[in-house]
Amino acid sequence: MSEPRTLFDKIWASHLVDTQEDGTCLIYIDRHLVHEVTSPQAFAGLRATGRGVRRPDATIAVADHNIPTVPGARHGVIENEESRIQVETLERNIAEFGVPYYPIEDVRQGIVHIIGPEQGMTQPGTTVVCGDSHTSTHGAFGALAFGIGTSEVEHVLATQTLIQRPARNMQVDIEGALPPGCTAKDLILAIIGRIGTAGGTGHVIEYTGQAIRDLSMEGRMTVCNMSIEAGARAGLIAPDDITFGYLKGRPHAPKGAAWDAAVAVWKRLPSDPGAVYDKVVRIPAGEIAPYVTWGTSPQDALPITASVPNPADIEDDDRRRAVQRSIEYMGLSAGQPLQAIAIDTVFIGSCTNGRIEDIRAAAAVAEGRRVANGVRALVVPGSGLVKEQAEEEGLDRILVEAGFEWRDPGCSMCLAMNDDRLAPGERSASTSNRNFEGRQGPGGRTHLVSPAMAAAAAVTGRLADLRDLD
Amino acid sequence: MRKFETVTSVGAPLPEINIDTDKIIPARFLRTIERKGLGRHLFNDMRYDSEGNENPDFVLNRPAWRSVGILVVGDNFGCGSSREHAPWALADYGVRAILGTDFADIFYNNSFKNGLLPIKLPAADRDKLMEDAERGENARITVDLENQIITRPDGEEITFEIDPFRKHCLLNGLDDIGMTMERVASIDSFEAADRIARPWLYAE
Repeated sequence: MSEPRTLFDKIWASHLVDTQEDGTCLIYIDRHLVHEVTSPQAFAGLRATGRGVRRPDATIAVADHNIPTVPGARHGVIENEESRIQVETLERNIAEFGVPYYPIEDVRQGIVHIIGPEQGMTQPGTTVVCGDSHTSTHGAFGALAFGIGTSEVEHVLATQTLIQRPARNMQVDIEGALPPGCTAKDLILAIIGRIGTAGGTGHVIEYTGQAIRDLSMEGRMTVCNMSIEAGARAGLIAPDDITFGYLKGRPHAPKGAAWDAAVAVWKRLPSDPGAVYDKVVRIPAGEIAPYVTWGTSPQDALPITASVPNPADIEDDDRRRAVQRSIEYMGLSAGQPLQAIAIDTVFIGSCTNGRIEDIRAAAAVAEGRRVANGVRALVVPGSGLVKEQAEEEGLDRILVEAGFEWRDPGCSMCLAMNDDRLAPGERSASTSNRNFEGRQGPGGRTHLVSPAMAAAAAVTGRLADLRDLD
Repeated sequence: MRKFETVTSVGAPLPEINIDTDKIIPARFLRTIERKGLGRHLFNDMRYDSEGNENPDFVLNRPAWRSVGILVVGDNFGCGSSREHAPWALADYGVRAILGTDFADIFYNNSFKNGLLPIKLPAADRDKLMEDAERGENARITVDLENQIITRPDGEEITFEIDPFRKHCLLNGLDDIGMTMERVASIDSFEAADRIARPWLYAE
């Protein structure tokens, strides 16, 4: 009998094109997602060397980072000249190199990590790359998915392969059921708070346990999305009937006999009993609570019932200085209860939390309530199809009646490359993935939360425990 | 790609942990279709105030460190986004080597594609080099890739580890894509077999 293997080991082995004597591997890439920010220099490189795109049928392009989200604005001219040039450059490149593209006017346009799964491009056992660190999202399908730089984007366009070394295996096991009020976002914030922002460096994290199996595909994508915030190369969840149910019938999913053949292959992917991980972390699901971040690293995550830490309590010098600096940047004080922190902006959206389930969770809290005075609350669906479905369900009306702005799809305030951003000193409760200094605009202050917690912040005007809402 | 042989320079100390790629180059400067010219926005929001004036306290604005080729950095440098604009900005500014303990994977990978050498050292060695860097002027550090040796200003030598393939590429300024193109027969045969095993992943 052969050695028990992990899900990662199996995908890796099945994509090895060849291995050099020193252990450097050439691995095959099944799916390549392309967006406007990290691809222009890659296409320019192809042009300069006279190379083409090896497999346009395995590639899909979309513009998402720079797209305005004010309703209808996408149909006009993008005002920021650099943003406009970047989008126009993508459109010129996809035409020249024959890459499939969802234009801005297409209902299928949206954030690259939302539309890949939505279109059935992301499938179990595949390798998926994109010039974007949140490519880890696609690991929710049991796909080995990771972000790459622009030089590697060019490498994949030209050769459909990447030069890599195998990662190490890490298991994060969440046994038991999540307590009421806790979501996938709270779960991943708790994990990052536990293992730290470099806790997964050099590893692929496989999430296991009942709390993970119980998640919908949307929730699994939220968990895998933020694997990169724990430093991991990728996140993985074993494919199961929930995965197959999500995929069946999607435009790029296999059909008919091919579907049955594919499912048979996919069912062999989960890690074998007895497979060995280089690192194992176990967290009982009962320990998870609604989480928020207080600082400027995703690892600065605490239950909403906690308080801002006191640097004086921290022994490690580097860590104490980092906490001190974060508290200053965030305009907080040591020991301040997290629920006493007033916010002026709420952002619900992004590749972390811009899917239909996230909009439903926000609407459920918003229904019958009002956004607090002085709070600007944006809801930005992750794709045109998410927007359409939310409108069919009447979620947009609930949100607008409660005082939220209902926007067009895009990356928006997650990273402030379009017009949606925080002004210096403004403070948000945000469902995005990074609370780095200046991430949502220079001088802006970000608290990461789940969609339901973001809506609770919107209606109370502060970081609030949604379990305590009247 | 530019070859890397040796670099001798004063080191700039950046002891903060978790310096992320948004700090190295904020997202609003990614709206470019060029690789060049990003050096002026390197560490933008630490280096300049909101009016664009130099922040006199930031290390790269202080006289001893205005034109360094080496950075000595805190743990987990380069975490966050996959933006290659981070190593582009560093290389465009003139940085050639980054001495730290560990680096985020994507940033580490991207650096080698741009003639930039990130070196992972034990914390004790990094701390000695951080002290050297803090001395500023005349405390010159030499990084010799061929022999895998860092020489401190007092002449002490510190050896470092590096993946032999990455070393080979950096020393010779090799283009990855060119090398992979030479293995196209292997890619062709992989694809031919895969087309039979997983036909649903290929267009008709």
